[in-house]
Amino acid sequence: MPSGRLAVDEERLLADEAVAGTAPAETRPSVDDAARVDPSITVIRPAPRWPHLDLGELWHYRELLFRLTWRDVAVRYKQTSIGVLWAIIQPFLTMVVFTLVFGKFANFPTHGVPYPIFTYSALLPWTYFASSVSVSSGSVVTNRTMVTKVYFPRVLLPLAGVTVPVVDFFFAFVVLIGMMFWFSTWPTIGLVFAPLFLLMAAATALGVGLFLSAVAVRYRDVPYAIPFVMQIWLFVSGVVYSISALPEKWQWVLALNPMTAVISGFQWGVIGTPTPDLGKLAISVATTVVFFVGGLWYFRRTEPRFADTV
Amino acid sequence: MPAAAIIAEGLSKRYRIGKLHSAYGTLRDSVASGMRRVVSREHEEETKDIWALRDVSFELEQGGVLGVVGRNGAGKSTLLKILTRISTPTEGRAEIRGRVGSLLEVGTGFHPELTGRENVFLNGSILGMKQREIIRRFDEIVEFSGVEQFLDTPVKRYSSGMSVRLAFAVAAHLEPEILLIDEVLAVGDAEFQRRCLGRMEDLSQSGRTVLFVSHNMQAVSQLCDRAIWLERGRIVEEGPSSTVVADYLQSGHGVGASKEWPDLATAPGDDLVRLRSVRVLQDGEERGATDVRRPVALEIVFVVLRDGEPVFPKIKVYDNRGEVAFNAMDTSSRWHDPTTPGEYVSTAWIPGNLLNEGATTVDVSIATLRAPKLLPHASVRSAVVFHVQDPGVGDSARGRFLGQWQGVVRPLLEWTADER
Repeated sequence: MPSGRLAVDEERLLADEAVAGTAPAETRPSVDDAARVDPSITVIRPAPRWPHLDLGELWHYRELLFRLTWRDVAVRYKQTSIGVLWAIIQPFLTMVVFTLVFGKFANFPTHGVPYPIFTYSALLPWTYFASSVSVSSGSVVTNRTMVTKVYFPRVLLPLAGVTVPVVDFFFAFVVLIGMMFWFSTWPTIGLVFAPLFLLMAAATALGVGLFLSAVAVRYRDVPYAIPFVMQIWLFVSGVVYSISALPEKWQWVLALNPMTAVISGFQWGVIGTPTPDLGKLAISVATTVVFFVGGLWYFRRTEPRFADTV
Repeated sequence: MPAAAIIAEGLSKRYRIGKLHSAYGTLRDSVASGMRRVVSREHEEETKDIWALRDVSFELEQGGVLGVVGRNGAGKSTLLKILTRISTPTEGRAEIRGRVGSLLEVGTGFHPELTGRENVFLNGSILGMKQREIIRRFDEIVEFSGVEQFLDTPVKRYSSGMSVRLAFAVAAHLEPEILLIDEVLAVGDAEFQRRCLGRMEDLSQSGRTVLFVSHNMQAVSQLCDRAIWLERGRIVEEGPSSTVVADYLQSGHGVGASKEWPDLATAPGDDLVRLRSVRVLQDGEERGATDVRRPVALEIVFVVLRDGEPVFPKIKVYDNRGEVAFNAMDTSSRWHDPTTPGEYVSTAWIPGNLLNEGATTVDVSIATLRAPKLLPHASVRSAVVFHVQDPGVGDSARGRFLGQWQGVVRPLLEWTADER
C-alpha cells in the first residue's frame, strides 16, 4: 500500500445516471406514494442529482432543531465566571475601541449621529452575522459523531448555528436601548422593518454557513480562514463608517455585500439614519438569495458524502 | 400475511479510492495535486472503484431476525449504514417500514457539560424521540440507568460506566420496530457486548424485527432464523442461519477447516522449521462442521529443515467469543530429542464432549523450548476454524435442552443419583 494517505470518495454522478437510466419509471412513484400515505415507511434511494429541501421532513425534526439550539445556548457560557455578560462585553468594548480610533482620530462620517451609538448599532447585526457564520460553518465537523451515527436532516446543524447567536443579540440589544436613552436618539418608523433586515442577515449567514460547513467536511482550512475573512468583511459593511458617505459608484459595488443593506437598514430603524436606497437594497437582497440558494444547493449536493468523509 | 419490514433491492455502494484526493486534506493538498496534474498532464487519476456493496437484495419480514455474516470489509457495516440512512447507496433502493434503531447510536450527541437530565432529552431527540415520548418515559429511563442521584450533575463528572449506562437506557427506551445491530462495533467492552447480546435476545423474543451483524457465529445461528453471507459486497448465500453459518465457516476464503502452504519457501516458519498444512478431521474426513460428541483430529504437517533443537507443535484453541479455551502441545517423547530434517505429522485429538458449540478457532505453532521460554518458529494465527455442532438428539451434555448453553467447555459429566 502506498505511503500516501488513501482517500475514500464516493462517485455519485455516474450512479445517478445509471439509476435514472435503469429504474423502471412505473415502480418508483408508487413507492413514493406509499411513503407519502404512510409516514412510517422510509424509502432509501441514491442521492438525487438535483437536491431539494424536504420541508416536511424539516418540520418533522423541528424538536431536534430546538434541542440543538438549546444545547449550544446552554453550553455556551458554562463554566465561565461572567457568563452571558460576554454577549454584551464583546460588542461594547469593540464599540469603545472603534469610537476612539475611528470616531475620535479618523473622524469617520456618521450622518451626524454620535459615533458610539452609530457603531454600536452597526455592531449588533454584524456580531450576530459574524458569529452565525463561524458557528454554522463549523457545525458539521463539530457534530461529526452525530453525523456518522444517526440520520437526521443535516441542514439542521448550520440552521442551529444561525439560531444560537440570536440569544447574544438580544442581550446586546438591551444595552443599545440604554444607549439610545443616553444619547437621546429615537427610533423611526423603519423599526418595524428591523426584524426583516435581521432575517436577511440570518439568511446570508446561513447561506455562507451551509457552503462553508460542507467545504469544511473535506477541507479543514475553513476555521482558519473565517476570522480573517470576517475581519475584511467588517470593513466593507459600513460598521465603522457610513457607506452613504462614499462616492456613489462605490456604493453600488458595496451593495453586492448584503451586510451593507442589513446594517444601514437596521440603523435606519433604530437610530434614524437616512432611508436605504431601494435600488441598492434590491441588489443586496438578490445577493442574499444567491448566497442562500447557492449555499443550500452545495450543502445538499455534498451531504450524501458527509458520513464517509468527515 | 405480515408486510415486509425491510425490502432491499439491488443496493450498491461505490467508494472511489484514489491516491491524489485525500478524504479530508487541506486546500493546499488539492491545489498541489491539481498543479501536478496540469504539469505532468496526468488527467487520469490513480483511482480505483471499490464496490463496498454490490446488488444486495433481500427481504426481512416483520418480526424476523436476520443475521449478516462475512469477513471484515465484506460490506456488512456499509449495509447497516445505508439502512440507517447515515450513508446513501450509489444504486438500488430499500424500503423500511417502521422506526429504525441501532446500537451504533448509543450515547450519540452526549455533551459532557450538560447534566444527565439534559442529556437524556438531547440524546432522545437526536435518536428521533418526540419530546412527549421522552417525558413519558423519563422515569423509566432514569430507573433503568441507575444514576438517579447524579441526574443534575454534568456528565463529564460521571464515570465512563455511568455515562454508558445512561446512554444505553435512552437507547433501550427508544423502542424501535426494527433494530439494526452491529456487534462488530461494540468490541472492546465485554460488558457492553453482553448487554447488546442480551438486549438482542429480548427483542427477538418480543417479536421485534432485527438485523444482526456479528462475528459471533454461535449467536447468529442461535438468534437468527435466517442469515445472509456477504463476500466482497455481494450476497453469496442466503438461507437458514445454521446452514449459512456452517457454509461460511467451511469456505471462509483462507480461513476454514484446512490450510495448506504448497510452497515451502513462503510457508510460515524460519530456517529451522516450516508449516506444510493444518487440517480439521472427524471420522477420517476433513470437516468444517464437527459433531460435538465425537473427537476431532487436528492434523499438523510440518517440515524440519535442519538438525537442531527439538521442535514440537503447539495449539491454542479459542471459543466462538474469542476466549482462549485451552492451550496444548505435543508432549510425546518423539520430540524430546533433536529433530532430524524431514516431514512430520502430528495429530492432536480433541476429545468429544469437550468443546462448546460454535465457531472454534485454532492458532498453530511449531516451537522450541529454551527454558523458561517457548520460542515459536512457525506460527499461524487462526490457522483453522471449524464449527462445532450439536445434532440435538439428546445424548450430549445439553440433553434435550435446546436453548443457549454457556461455557467455554461443555463436558459430559458423570452424574450419580440416588434416592435418600
